[in-house]
Amino acid sequence: MRRYTRLSGLEPLVLTPELLFVNVGERTNVTGSAQFKKLIKEERYDEAIDVARQQVENGAQIIDINMDEGLIDSEAAMTRFVNLISSEPDIARVPFMIDSSKWTVIEAGLRCLQGKGIVNSISMKEGEAQFLDHARKVQQYGAAAVVMAFDEQGQADTCARKVEICSRAYELLTRELDFPPEDIIFDPNIFAVATGIEEHNNYAVDFIEATRELKKRFPDCHISGGVSNVSFSFRGNDTVREAIHSVFLYHAIKAGMDMGIVNAGSLAIYDNLDPELRERVEDVVLNRREDSTERLLEIADNFRKKKGEVVVETVAWREIPVRERLSHALVHGIDQYVVEDTEEARQLSSRPLDVIEGPLMDGMNVVGDLFGAGKMFLPQVVKSARVMKKAVAYLLPFIEEEKLRTGDMGKNNGKIIMATVKGDVHDIGKNIVAVVLRCNNFEVIDLGVMVPAQKILEAAIAENADIIGLSGLITPSLEEMSQVAREMQRQNFHIPLMIGGATTSRAHTALKIEPHYKSPTVWVKDASRAVGVAQSLVSKDLVEEFIAKIRLEYADVRERHKDRGPGKQLVPLAKARAQRFTCDWQAYEPPVPKTPGITVFDDYDLAELRQYIDWLPFFNAWELAGKFPAILDDDVVGTQARELYADANRMLDQLIAERWLTAKGVIGFWPATNIGDDIEVYAVDATAKAKPIAMLRHLRQQVEKPADRPDFCLADFVAPKDSGVEDWVGGFAVTTGIGIEPHVERFEADHDDYSSIMLKALADRLAEAFAERLHERVRKEFWGYQPDETLANDDLIAEKYRGIRPAPGYPACPEHSEKATLFELLNATEHTTIQLTESFAMHPTAAVSGWYFSHPQSQYFVVGKLSRDQVEDYAKRKGWTRELAERWLAPYLGYEVE
Amino acid sequence: MSALPWLHPDRVALLEQALHQRILILDGGMGTMLQAHELDESGFRGERFEHGHDGHAHDHDHDHPGSCDLKGNNDLLTLTKPDIIRGVHTAYLEAGADLVETNTFNSTRISQADYKLQHLAYELNREGARLARAACDEMTAKTPDKPRFVIGVLGPTSRTASLSPDVNDPGYRNVTFEELAENYTESTNGLIDGGADVIMVETIFDTLNAKAALFALSELFHQRGARMPVMISGTITDRSGRTLSGQTAEAFYYSVAHARPLSVGFNCALGAEDLRPHVQTLSNIAQSFVSTHPNAGLPNAFGEYDESPEHMAGVIGDFARDGLLNLVGGCCGTTPAHIKAIAEAVRDYAPRVIPSATQAEAA
Repeated sequence: MRRYTRLSGLEPLVLTPELLFVNVGERTNVTGSAQFKKLIKEERYDEAIDVARQQVENGAQIIDINMDEGLIDSEAAMTRFVNLISSEPDIARVPFMIDSSKWTVIEAGLRCLQGKGIVNSISMKEGEAQFLDHARKVQQYGAAAVVMAFDEQGQADTCARKVEICSRAYELLTRELDFPPEDIIFDPNIFAVATGIEEHNNYAVDFIEATRELKKRFPDCHISGGVSNVSFSFRGNDTVREAIHSVFLYHAIKAGMDMGIVNAGSLAIYDNLDPELRERVEDVVLNRREDSTERLLEIADNFRKKKGEVVVETVAWREIPVRERLSHALVHGIDQYVVEDTEEARQLSSRPLDVIEGPLMDGMNVVGDLFGAGKMFLPQVVKSARVMKKAVAYLLPFIEEEKLRTGDMGKNNGKIIMATVKGDVHDIGKNIVAVVLRCNNFEVIDLGVMVPAQKILEAAIAENADIIGLSGLITPSLEEMSQVAREMQRQNFHIPLMIGGATTSRAHTALKIEPHYKSPTVWVKDASRAVGVAQSLVSKDLVEEFIAKIRLEYADVRERHKDRGPGKQLVPLAKARAQRFTCDWQAYEPPVPKTPGITVFDDYDLAELRQYIDWLPFFNAWELAGKFPAILDDDVVGTQARELYADANRMLDQLIAERWLTAKGVIGFWPATNIGDDIEVYAVDATAKAKPIAMLRHLRQQVEKPADRPDFCLADFVAPKDSGVEDWVGGFAVTTGIGIEPHVERFEADHDDYSSIMLKALADRLAEAFAERLHERVRKEFWGYQPDETLANDDLIAEKYRGIRPAPGYPACPEHSEKATLFELLNATEHTTIQLTESFAMHPTAAVSGWYFSHPQSQYFVVGKLSRDQVEDYAKRKGWTRELAERWLAPYLGYEVE
Repeated sequence: MSALPWLHPDRVALLEQALHQRILILDGGMGTMLQAHELDESGFRGERFEHGHDGHAHDHDHDHPGSCDLKGNNDLLTLTKPDIIRGVHTAYLEAGADLVETNTFNSTRISQADYKLQHLAYELNREGARLARAACDEMTAKTPDKPRFVIGVLGPTSRTASLSPDVNDPGYRNVTFEELAENYTESTNGLIDGGADVIMVETIFDTLNAKAALFALSELFHQRGARMPVMISGTITDRSGRTLSGQTAEAFYYSVAHARPLSVGFNCALGAEDLRPHVQTLSNIAQSFVSTHPNAGLPNAFGEYDESPEHMAGVIGDFARDGLLNLVGGCCGTTPAHIKAIAEAVRDYAPRVIPSATQAEAA
């Protein structure tokens, strides 16, 4: 067995030659980082911990900890900080380097270290006896040691002195103490070059040559050093400093340097340096010309980084072993190198499947754990999934080949059938859940949108699925989900059923779905819960307890619901109608639209709509909580939010410039009058006496309220027929989703869920923005009752204007089938290409439609629960049976259906 | 070489010789055996503590042990019911154990403080070692060709040096490295004075506690000018495959390898089946002998260990067949019947060969 240095944090780190160069993170060092010093001095330990974490995330394989500062109690700070980061598994997984010039501080650090770390440093500066005493202690504490080229005479600066001192130290350690050679790490002192003092010019060369000789003499030992020292004379110019580090390391590593204290986040790549800069830096480092310092100074200012400029891309992680590279790429969502890394991993594995089950799943497990712990956010997870999918796509042909050869299929956590139910076309949430589940090693068979119950069940049987997951956004989908549950029971299914989507709820699942299906039925609140639920459902150990808990919870929900009593708080329809909204209609003069009838917008300018985007729902779609724009500076999700926002804007730039999407819309205004809870709509050229061309059926609140507060119905906002006042109603339908499919398909073919979900989410936002912008123009131009309105986007979002635009299916007019009337009036399908499904969902999904009301007191409200008398009345008005009305109004029934 | 001489060179030579010849058998659980005696509070107190305080203590400046129950303090039985403890050792030796562990798992100042008996730490260790010594010597006298050895046990204590007991303050610790080292020094002095052949740091939940023990041992050996073989046995606490303090098996080994132990291994928490991958890891990398003493399976709904001797021996027989083992015994829930079955199951298999030896020969 080779004498490799074997270090450990929570996980092992064996310094094999394949590692080439071990990055020791330098930022948790008060002597090297002003920022870290400030944090420690001010005892801002939470932030100090983050510095350590960033080092590890940026690829540091060991972190150096130094608290040597006059105004700090260094021993106490070392103890506290090491204890703190030992409690952070994502930091403590790497070994720690305890760095101090004071032995008592080093001992304080060692006493907190459960793993095998490194002492930095011991030396003969106080003589051999003390050197050996410290070295023996290092052995007793179980650490490796950096041995500095320092003796009674001082620090070695020439190559000869460096080699001499290190050789003497080696002799003493191995002869007197039986110190393992592999636990010796020489630091032959890196000093600054290009200082203007001639004697310093050869310092880098001295280090490099000493390294070469030491490595030859003591092949089991390592050579390390504090790299940033070498460029000290260029402080303030990070580009030049990084270039010097890169060139220095390039030559020192070739000579045998195999460890270094570096800023793992900002290592430039030798080959990527500007050629002129590289040449002049090389002259300095290798001391090749008399005037090399002057020549570097000449050009140094040209490379001075401007404030706020983006830091050079972090590439240090490209140097680490392939397994860790894949994990890094997954955790950081970098797909740039994934195919080459996957190929490298494949060549190292006996079966292509091992790459998935080994490094890729390990990486995704890290992602899953971080997401579960709230340390990663949805956009990052989706990016990670993109990396995973690309790697898997690359491996698939090899796996197929292997399968043909051996019949080996591999294994996963379980198979899940997912579908958006019949009548519904919304799939962003479902796609996100699918991505997250796949990240956690579930096989997800996604049946897409508008999937009939039977197709879902057949797929579940054919695929031998472990779970079925149903999704939907619009309210009729709720009823469809109960239908699927009933079918599953009837056909004797036993696999668990997961329910999700924006309108679903624990209460609905408990009351309307779970009772129909005897096997586990669980509502999943959002994507972040999906994995936990799915894992519990497939786990033999967990499922019983989990389901028992859910059943209890749902039974409790039902119990509480029952206690509340059916329709208890509802007033009879007649009473609600008696308390309707009204005003002095005779004193009111309704505005007459400037452009009555229909106006079509064939190809609306997306650049204009972009400014009307309400970003809050966008961040919500990605499960990032917070108000816009404050979310961009949020302590927890700020970084992610900024990154997501930047990605979104980049895609907006492109989709507008390249005209990926076409925006079409139609608006219309018609004479209208109110009778009861209906609105009669007339042709534009007819009078109120003529036969109506359409009847808009509305629903009324039935809430017990004080007499001065009305039970609202949208119809109330139109002048009643008997008032004789001539009023108007408007309608609109817009979409920005035309042309989206080829792009979604392109992204999906490229295994890029992140971009495909992003595009859909942006198209949704643009459609909402279109509706917002058109409503503004309606108020100012087309209906024109507020020509002088000037509101900023925030005020628009806050609805600080006169008039409303409620959409069928939403709380003020929750019954979806009214959309059909709206579409007929607008001839919307012909003008905009928007289609209605059997459940009245719109396709493309990036579409909005609704009514316009102009009354100054018109407002949004929630109809809420309905009593049986209103449902019967509504059925009569719609020409439906009561049963049919109960089906369409199922989520709103305030009573039990017989 | 700077290494210190052995304190008992002859005994170490015998032990190493035996280890190269065959898989050696450790004893099994103590707790299960003691439960069978159904001792009550007065049984635990014996004569010495019957009046509510320590009748042997002269200075009386220790806390008064009368104020808390002593029932459950199994280590105290070394003083109050020595015949029972010696009987357990003998039962295991008769079942085939080559090495028996002293009844000193909780005989540290920190752990005994729970009973206000911290002043007994040294005495408990010394007497614990004496009882095991006597039992071993008696058995060895009957069959001199098969020497028996006393393992002086250092338990984990009731505190952890690298975990905070306060969830709101992850930087807080309720015990320091220095305190642990002092505790272990005192206990080890007792074990050595009582006649232990080997010191075992065992049931390691937190590697930092173990490192404090190893530090203390190394200092103590230096003071005494002679060393003892050290056995190290960690505990993988659950199926996550990590110690309680979060280390993987491999990281654990690298953290304690500096002590150049006679053996490393895993015990407790899991049954043999679940321990196997971790023992395999050690077997691949350890430059010392490998030991394991698993529980009799995982606890059942009543907190009892109910894996049968036959089942456990079957699983461990496979460990031995695959060359993973040098020392094997049992932990919680195991009995002389288990040890007997295990001894039979591994008898025909050769002990694991330390990888460095083979590599050196090959090179």
